[in-house]
Amino acid sequence: MAKEIKFNEETLALVDKLIKRYPEGKHKSALIPILHIAQAEFDGWLSSETMDYVASILKIKPIEVYEVASFYSMFNLKPVGKCLIEVCRTSSCWARGSEDVVKHLEKRLGIKEGETTKDGMFTIKTVECLGSCGGAPMLQVGASYHENLTKEKVDALIEDYRSAGKQRSYTDLDYKNTL
Amino acid sequence: MGKKILIHNDKVPGINTLEVYRQHGGYASVEKALKTMTPDAVVEEVKKSGLRGRGGAGFPTGMKWSFLAKPPGVERYLVCNADESEPGTFKDRYLMEKIPHALIEGMITSSYALGAKTSYIYIRGEYFYVARILENAINEAYAAGLLGKNILGTEFSHDCYVQVGAGAYICGEETALLESLEGKRGNPRIKPPFPAIAGLYGCPTVVNNVETIAAVCPIVNMGGDEYAKIGVGRSTGTKLISASGHINKPGVYEIEMGVPVEEFIYSDEYCGGIINGRKLKAVVAGGSSVPILPAELILKTEKGEPRLMTYESLSDGGFATGTMLGSGGFIVYDETTSIVKNLYTFARFYHHESCGQCSPCREGTGWMEKILHRIVEGHGKPGDIDLLWDIQRKIEGNTICPLGDAAAWPVASAIRHFRKEFEDYIKYPEKIKDFMPVV
Repeated sequence: MAKEIKFNEETLALVDKLIKRYPEGKHKSALIPILHIAQAEFDGWLSSETMDYVASILKIKPIEVYEVASFYSMFNLKPVGKCLIEVCRTSSCWARGSEDVVKHLEKRLGIKEGETTKDGMFTIKTVECLGSCGGAPMLQVGASYHENLTKEKVDALIEDYRSAGKQRSYTDLDYKNTL
Repeated sequence: MGKKILIHNDKVPGINTLEVYRQHGGYASVEKALKTMTPDAVVEEVKKSGLRGRGGAGFPTGMKWSFLAKPPGVERYLVCNADESEPGTFKDRYLMEKIPHALIEGMITSSYALGAKTSYIYIRGEYFYVARILENAINEAYAAGLLGKNILGTEFSHDCYVQVGAGAYICGEETALLESLEGKRGNPRIKPPFPAIAGLYGCPTVVNNVETIAAVCPIVNMGGDEYAKIGVGRSTGTKLISASGHINKPGVYEIEMGVPVEEFIYSDEYCGGIINGRKLKAVVAGGSSVPILPAELILKTEKGEPRLMTYESLSDGGFATGTMLGSGGFIVYDETTSIVKNLYTFARFYHHESCGQCSPCREGTGWMEKILHRIVEGHGKPGDIDLLWDIQRKIEGNTICPLGDAAAWPVASAIRHFRKEFEDYIKYPEKIKDFMPVV
């Protein structure tokens, strides 16, 4: 089901608008925002085809895209589930039980941290501090923060995301509602 | 109750909208600065206020502003550091989410002072929903003539944009942030030149934290001298503290500088005491990078004086018995906490976040994580504590940016104050389960 790696007219107009935020000749500044859009549009990860496409849009070398994409933790260089569950594991979240959250998720979904469910629905990932220490333990799905987690809350979340309409949760991370 | 001037309106319904924000006196500093003050006069007020950078370093803001080079015909930039990634810190998120216009107002007033025609708010990618809130606030400001050409009918024109990052603690370091904003990997630059001379796109640039920029509004409104009367000594004004860990009321609190640490932890106005009536064991007072202190040293200095929430009091005693105010990321640990395991989460964090440019940091953080991992797994070796000490010493001061120091200090302080716990982990691996926190 390889889909053609190409933005539609609407997204291209958005990209143009983004590039205008920077002085002339400094359009490379738009790279990270555009990679977010590309990741959201093309199945939640950045394939080399997707990165090459972004390079062609910005008229930069593909290596300039690869080196950036591989540096930042939010860019997935491998396919992930439709619902990427990112559990914070740093100090405050750890002290308030993040390891129990991960264990519960693993048991519930029948996978280990770093794995994706067979139906391609969920991936569990542990991440470093998400700046939500006051709501520890917490996890992020797409653009949404879920705080003060309990086993019951985690169960409800999984059901919620499993139900139709909320599946492609990482597309929360597109820009179209803000510009 | 201390003075509140930054987030005093946070509970007002609709304060995130321009209309309600203005009804409560919002954008007064833009009116005042643009219509009645010269840019230099604004800089002067900020100098008089004694405001110090709220991101963690505590450098005097007015002085930082006065370093900005102003060659004719060259653009100057203001860049807001909203990359908030220091573990334990979530105050900027709170401010931007609840009162986004407080930051936008500060961006306009500060840009006027610095002569910046364009400014960027660089926000960490994970805060995407907050970026949306800021974009909406900026749109409202443009529609009201507070951004764009000839703001409020004056000669001053300004554009402000939000830039999202994509997950990298290092981009909170100002030159790494600028690299990232230019569409590159977040590798810190060698200084000099400092951003004030050659920053964004090689142009003179000021990078300030969210809270610092928001504080410019009350400073302009009340005047630098009045602002300097708030707080204690060289710790002027108020500070947002992110409180988390084993406390009854985690959250963001605006304190007047000088509140005793004991009051901050136990008073119902702030943290509300330790959960389940347990005892206090230790505190990381200013974000993960600052030295952890045991209960007796965080509540009182070595001299027996009550420790206060100020830059000076928290650092009293140096690193031997003191710590730092840092970013105000205040993490509280109760008596059940394993300091060793907690340190392991920090070491893992710094290893993950090292940009890899400098060998001492790239290799050293990896070694520290690895050694701590084997200790918490019950495979620690007799020489491991000394080895950890040696590694952190060799990282500190030997890297381009402060991430190396930030990775070294938590290790040094945990060993300094809790050495016996490390020894127990190594001596009695079968008892490690008993050292784990009970949540």
